[in-house]
Amino acid sequence: MATVRIPTQLRELSGGAGEVTIDGGTVQAVLEALEVAHPGFGERLFDGDGKLRRFVNVFVDDEDIRFLGGVDTEVTERTVVSIVPAVAGG
Amino acid sequence: MASHTALRCRECGREYPIAPIYTCEWCFGPLEATYDYDAIKGSISREAIAAGPASIWRYGPLLPVSAPAGAALNAGWTPLVRADRLAAELGLGELWIKDDTRNPTNSFKDRVVAVALGKALDFGFKTAACASTGNLANAVAAAAARTGLESFVFVPSDLEAGKILTTAVYGGNVVAIDGNYDDVNRLCAELAAEFPWAFVNVNVRPFYAEGSKTLAYETAEQLGWETPDHVVVPIASGSLLTKIHKGFHELHTVGLLDEEPVVRVSGAQALGCSPVATAFADGVDDVHPVRPSTIAKSLAIGNPADGYYALDVIRKTGGACGSVTDDEVVEGMRLLARTEGIFGETAAGVTIATLAKLAREGVVRRDERVVAYVTGHGLKTLDAIAPHVSVTTTIPPRLDAFRAAFPELTQEA
Repeated sequence: MATVRIPTQLRELSGGAGEVTIDGGTVQAVLEALEVAHPGFGERLFDGDGKLRRFVNVFVDDEDIRFLGGVDTEVTERTVVSIVPAVAGG
Repeated sequence: MASHTALRCRECGREYPIAPIYTCEWCFGPLEATYDYDAIKGSISREAIAAGPASIWRYGPLLPVSAPAGAALNAGWTPLVRADRLAAELGLGELWIKDDTRNPTNSFKDRVVAVALGKALDFGFKTAACASTGNLANAVAAAAARTGLESFVFVPSDLEAGKILTTAVYGGNVVAIDGNYDDVNRLCAELAAEFPWAFVNVNVRPFYAEGSKTLAYETAEQLGWETPDHVVVPIASGSLLTKIHKGFHELHTVGLLDEEPVVRVSGAQALGCSPVATAFADGVDDVHPVRPSTIAKSLAIGNPADGYYALDVIRKTGGACGSVTDDEVVEGMRLLARTEGIFGETAAGVTIATLAKLAREGVVRRDERVVAYVTGHGLKTLDAIAPHVSVTTTIPPRLDAFRAAFPELTQEA
């Protein structure tokens, strides 16, 4: 069971929880399982083509998945998957 | 201002009331200020602007906040300098430099901070904060001092010493983070959710970013209410470039320009941090983040928040996005100084070197009226130039020593 950190904006979908535990071997599998466990996440995280929305950032153990294997990045029992809103800055 | 009506998601279009928020709750897209342009059109005129203050506040109706009382937050109305000597070196025709080193803390960041802190005061915040690569740190610390706000400035720990000192002198809190700017930025997003502060480039960013539009307004006004054919703009987050483009078009929307402007917008990045230039060169829409490694630290944002939008503006206006090596950056700084007497920081070196490159490639053309944006002062990045320039010679205080050092000089008859 990977731990998924839920940002404030999406906690209405997780019953207010900031963290949930979800099964899955990859980021994609975890996020799909998240939709099954808590319906509503899917349309918020993925666009109409099934791609991760471009302002949704996902970190695996504090590393942006775009520096890893993208949504195919492997996830283990001890992994923390963080969903992070669009970066600001600049 | 009454003409600033709401915040709207740039991705999905959902609207939100005016508040210190920055992302769409639905799709996480960035929020942008919206205006009632018809109302502005009825109240704005070239004459009223000309009679206004010599600062960004002359364009008050086009900004999302009224000028703060006491004009404590002045910025802008910097010189637009005709650069004939640089143009000759680059084989260009009509070239102008927008010299934004001439701001209160010597970078364009004073513009965005003036708007952000004006709005922060409206919202009742007591503390200003930011994630910064240095210039913003200077601007926030100084403006917070002037307006009596507390300040927390977060910077990467490897920042130039000069930018640390020129922030710390204002007496606020300066927190160095072990990590790069993108690490600092991510921490600040978390802090913004925990502390009731105005993070100028996080929760107040939709307002802050609007301040950059004034660079376009001033350029057009200083050209006699005409627009350039081509602008070259440095890219860090990409916000400056997109807002300059937006600014030119707003002038037409509110009736200050008779015709819809046609301005090609080109971007400039350092090769060691060139996510937008790479996407442009590869012909793809995805701006893939990078780990920055360049002396142009003020542009060292590996995960640019507005990268997609900057790329879009560049493509749809027929511009280009170039990138240059650190050696070229230094040469660009020296070229600008040697030809125009303007000492810009490393970001200016990136801009001028990219301009030179695009001119060589024929992208920036001799028949175009070109404006290059110099956004920060060279005294901020002395580290970059120190290994490359020095005294011409050192001699004893004697006439013969001077003659010996410069034998080619002949005495005037």
